[in-house]
Amino acid sequence: MRRRGTGSWIILALASFYFLIPLLATFLFSLRARRGTLSFLAWAHVFKDPLFSRTFLFSVEMALITIVVGLALLIPTALWVHLRAPRARALIEVLALLPFVIPPIVLVFGLIRTYSRPPIALVSSPILLIAGYVVISFPYMYRAIDTGLRSINLRSLTEAAQSLGASWRVTLFRVILPNIRASLLSAAFLTFAIVVGELTLAVMLAWPAFGPYMAQVGRDLAYEPAALAIISFLLTWGSLALIQLLSRGMRGAATPGGVH
Amino acid sequence: MSTVSEITKGAPLARPSAGVLRRWIGLAPFLLFAILFMILPAGSLFVGSFQDASGGFTLMNVAHLFRPSILRSYWLTIEVSLITAVAGGIFGFLLAYAVTMGGLPRTVRSLVTTFSGVASNFAGVPLAFAFIATMGRVGLITTLLKQFFGISLYDAGFNLYSLWGLVLVYLYFQLPLMVLIITPALDGMRREWREACENLGASRLQYWRHVALPILMPSLLSSVILLFGNAFGAYATAYALTGGFLNLVPIQIGAQMRGDVLHDPNLGYALALGMVAIMTLCILGYTALQKRASRWLS
Repeated sequence: MRRRGTGSWIILALASFYFLIPLLATFLFSLRARRGTLSFLAWAHVFKDPLFSRTFLFSVEMALITIVVGLALLIPTALWVHLRAPRARALIEVLALLPFVIPPIVLVFGLIRTYSRPPIALVSSPILLIAGYVVISFPYMYRAIDTGLRSINLRSLTEAAQSLGASWRVTLFRVILPNIRASLLSAAFLTFAIVVGELTLAVMLAWPAFGPYMAQVGRDLAYEPAALAIISFLLTWGSLALIQLLSRGMRGAATPGGVH
Repeated sequence: MSTVSEITKGAPLARPSAGVLRRWIGLAPFLLFAILFMILPAGSLFVGSFQDASGGFTLMNVAHLFRPSILRSYWLTIEVSLITAVAGGIFGFLLAYAVTMGGLPRTVRSLVTTFSGVASNFAGVPLAFAFIATMGRVGLITTLLKQFFGISLYDAGFNLYSLWGLVLVYLYFQLPLMVLIITPALDGMRREWREACENLGASRLQYWRHVALPILMPSLLSSVILLFGNAFGAYATAYALTGGFLNLVPIQIGAQMRGDVLHDPNLGYALALGMVAIMTLCILGYTALQKRASRWLS
């Protein structure tokens, strides 16, 4: 047992080395904008840039709309599969997981080809961007909601609520959704973390989003990108820490795992 | 057949088509959305890869996939994905093993899991920036090594903007992803199996060779396949790191879309088709192996 413990510590040390050094180095690098001394000059530049806040807020807005549309689309679907049409489960699951097979670069290519000319020209409308984000978030959202619904006794809960005279709306909003709150929140935060820094769709559909902005800064400047990298890391960390916090002790939280 | 029981239950006798309709109506919004924004676009790429510039049927685009330059970029993408999947798989497994069964405190485990969740989602542009700031030509580690140890990474043959540089960067999200997906499998390994082996006088090596690895193998393989697909479709990280310098397939598709190089959208469609084909194989392999894995670990 002793010897096995040592090996584990060595593995852990090596992993920490690999994962923490880039973060530390990036942070220190971001402080070197002024020659010969450490300063937050690059950070000041980033925060003072009006494009930073404008693109960031744009991406946040897109993320929030994506979350709302995604949940509005997937909660009823998952409920329907669980309660009314269990036979459709396989089909819905395949569709919800399909975005894993279609990389974002391929998805956006197809979206542009389909919707760039009449009868439906959507390329200049944010609908296409949001639709793309909703598709990308399908797997995470569906998995989270499905896990949540599996972890509660959905059928008994709905039957109990309805036999007590609750309407469908009351059953949904006061019984089912509160019970899978943790799942819904983890789906939301994960989607948030993915959409806010997303590059592929935003750049190809030419939207002034945070991802393309960061890429542009990376081409033009030296130290500011490092500051942006740290900000993004903290943002991702914040979203996932909230998932952990909210799902502590609650059933049915989704395990976050990324796709790029 | 079900009508019999419905009659006996006294359920209203609906025409079958109406019953089917009622059963599917709740799924209609999702199905419609999926068709409009996923199936149709993907289908249109499929159609487009068999069309020439004027819309006539042709197999030329698919044939062009076998041009040396395109084959080379597929091969490069497969190489990057394979190396990072296998390396990420091995190191991720070791790390997951260390935190689940390696006798480390429980706090370490939850720290590593949380960090893995973050790191596996920390990809794209900021990840590329972090590595440029660390190991780029004027990165912190590069300059420190030169200043204090007289070691010049780039003279020694290292290049962040090359295949191995990309591997180093991709591992930053591949390894944590492996930790996340293999941990449940490791948790499913029963203590009794090891104890039974020990009671029967097996060594640790024998336990791993004859018991643990065979049980874990489907999970390990399916995880590696998932990692492969994860790297195969990655665009943002490679784009931000190399600015399209490395000829990966996603980068090539992006270039065809932007019209950077010899603009030929139909070839782009074929490239995309090839990608989806490879990804589909990945997912099929993944599901088949997952089914095997669930025989022992559930």
